[in-house]
Amino acid sequence: MQFGVFSVSDITRDPVSGQTPSEAERIDAVVQIAQKAEEVGLDVFAIGEHHNPPFFSSSPTTLLAFIAARTKRLILSTATTLITTNDPVRIAEEYAMLQHLSQGRVDLMLGRGNTAPVYPWFGQDIRQGLPLALENYNLLHRLWRDDVVDWEGKFRTPLQGFTAVPRPLDCVPPFVWHGSIRTPEIAEQAAYYGDGFFANHIFWPKEHFMRLIRFYRQRYAHHGHGTEKQAIVGLGGQAYIAKRSQDAIAEFRPYFNEAPVYGNGPAMEDFMESTPLSVGSPQEVIDKTLTFREHFGDYQRQLFLIDHAGLPLKTVLNQLDLLGEEVVPTLRKELAAKRDPEAAAAPTHASLVEAKYGDQPPRQPRPNANRGDNVTGSSPYQDSDPALQARYPSP
Amino acid sequence: MNLTAEKRTFTLVVVTAGTSEPSSTKLLAQRTAQRVTELAQRRGNEVQTHFIGLRELATEITTALVTSLAGPKLQEAVAALGKADGLVAGTPVYKAGASGLFTSFFQTLEDDLLIAKPVVLAATAGTARHALVVDEQMRSLFGYLRSVVAPTSLFAAPEDWSDPALNKRIDRAALELLLLMESGFAEQIRNESWQSYRHEFASDGETALDVDFGSDLMRLAAGGSAT
Repeated sequence: MQFGVFSVSDITRDPVSGQTPSEAERIDAVVQIAQKAEEVGLDVFAIGEHHNPPFFSSSPTTLLAFIAARTKRLILSTATTLITTNDPVRIAEEYAMLQHLSQGRVDLMLGRGNTAPVYPWFGQDIRQGLPLALENYNLLHRLWRDDVVDWEGKFRTPLQGFTAVPRPLDCVPPFVWHGSIRTPEIAEQAAYYGDGFFANHIFWPKEHFMRLIRFYRQRYAHHGHGTEKQAIVGLGGQAYIAKRSQDAIAEFRPYFNEAPVYGNGPAMEDFMESTPLSVGSPQEVIDKTLTFREHFGDYQRQLFLIDHAGLPLKTVLNQLDLLGEEVVPTLRKELAAKRDPEAAAAPTHASLVEAKYGDQPPRQPRPNANRGDNVTGSSPYQDSDPALQARYPSP
Repeated sequence: MNLTAEKRTFTLVVVTAGTSEPSSTKLLAQRTAQRVTELAQRRGNEVQTHFIGLRELATEITTALVTSLAGPKLQEAVAALGKADGLVAGTPVYKAGASGLFTSFFQTLEDDLLIAKPVVLAATAGTARHALVVDEQMRSLFGYLRSVVAPTSLFAAPEDWSDPALNKRIDRAALELLLLMESGFAEQIRNESWQSYRHEFASDGETALDVDFGSDLMRLAAGGSAT
C-alpha cells in the first residue's frame, strides 16, 4: 500500500492572511512539499497539469525531474496528465525520459481535463474528449511497447516507422493509472490493459465511485489480468489534521469556506459527512480513511490533497509531519492487518521488471548506427527483430 | 372502466416551490393530486402520493448546483422521483418566470431521471398576465427532461380561485395524468428502449450499469479504433 500527496498546483489567496503567493513562491513551496513528503516517509508525490491561471503546473516533467534529483525514494506521479490535449508521442518521450532520470520512480495518472477552452488552445475539441482520450492512450500504450510503430487514427497525424526515444527504462513502461469520476469507458480501458484505476472521489458521495470501481474490478477480471480483488485501485482523500479535533476544525474552516470548487457552498460539517474530507485529530483522520477500504475493497494507493485553497507552506509542512508521523504509520499497520492475501501489492518499477523478466536481466536497447537519413527504419536497435517491416509513405 | 381487473397502485409525486403557508401553489398541486386519487379510486385503482416541498430543500438545492453534492433530503427526493409513476410539478411565477427554486431543483437532476414519466404542470401568479409561463417556459424544461407533459397545464391567478372553470381544468389535467400513468408508457419505454437514451454512468442505480460493450467508444476503450 502506497501513501502520498497530490497537488493541483493552484495558486490561491490565503483567506486568513489575505496574501496571494507569487508563481515563484508557490513553485518553490511545491518543491519543498515534495521533499518533505519523502522525509516524513510518504511514498508518492503527484502533481496536476494545467494551462491557465491560477495554476502553475504546465510542465510536470520538468518539475518532477527536479524533485527526482532532490529525492531518493519518492515515487513521482501526476494528477492528472492530460491525455486529450497532449500529443501521446510527447507523453511517451517525456515520461520515458523522466523515468530514466528518476531511475524508475515515475508513474502517471491520466485524465481528460474538463476545462473546455483548453482544448482549442491545443487544436482539440472538448466534445471529442472521450474518444480522443481513448485513442491517444491506445497509441501511447503501443509507443512504449513497440520499438517501431506504424499507426493511423482519427485525431492525430499518422505515424510511419516511428520509434519513441528513449525506450522506457529497462523496456518496462511507467505504470499508468486512469483517473475518472464517471466514465465507464475509461474504467474499461484501464481494465483492458490491466492498468490501475484511480477514483478521485473527494468531491462526490462515495456511491458513484463504488459502482465505477466495482465495474472496473469486474472488467479487470473479464480481460484476464487477475481476479477482481487483484485489480489496482487508487483513491483520493482530503485531510486537515491537528492534535486536537476542535483546533483542526477552527483552523481549516476559513480555507474550506473559500476553497475553489466547493467553497461558498455546503457547510464543512455536511461536506465531511458525505465526502472523504476529514478535518480532525490524527485518530479521526485514521478512522475516516479506514472506511475507504470497507467501501472500495483493498486498494493500492491513497493520495491526500493537503496543499490547496491557499494554505500557507508552513501549515502544509506541519500537515505532512502529522500525516507522516501520526496518521500513515497506523494506517499502514491497520490496513496490512485487514488486507486480503489475494489483493495485489502496489506496482513499482522493480515489481514490474520482476514480472516481465523474472531472474533475467532487463533488455537494454542499443541503437544501430545512424544511417544519415534520420530514419531508423524497421530495426532501430541492435536487437530489433529483423523481420519487422516499417511502412513508409509512398514517395 | 374495467372493474374486474386487478387493483393497481400508482405512485404520484407532487413537487411544489411555493414558500408561504398556506401556499396557493401547494393548494393547486394538492387539489390536482387529490383529484387524481379520486379518479383512480373510481376506476378501481389506488394512488399513493408523496409530497416534496422544495422550500425545505432550498439550501441543499443551491449546494448541489454549485458543487454537485447532493444532501440527504435531496437524495430522498430524487429517489422518490425515480420510483414515481407520475408527477405534479407546481411553482409560483416570479418576475415572469418559474421560481428559481423550482428550475434549480430540476436542473440538479440527472437528465434521465424523468424519461417518459407523465407530468402535470401547474403555476400560480398574482396576475393573469403570467398565464403563459407554464406552457411557454416550464413545458420546455420538461421537454428537455423527456418527460410526457399532460396536454392540460394548470394556471391560477387570484380570480381563478373563485371561478369553477379552474376545477374543470383540474379535472381534465387529473384524468390526463391518470390515463398516462395507467397506460404503462413510461414503464414500457424503460423496458424496451432505455438504452437508446443518453445516460451518465450509474445515473439510475442499477439500470444504468447495463453498459453496452458494443458501442464505438467501448470498442475503442478495448484497443479498437475510432470510427
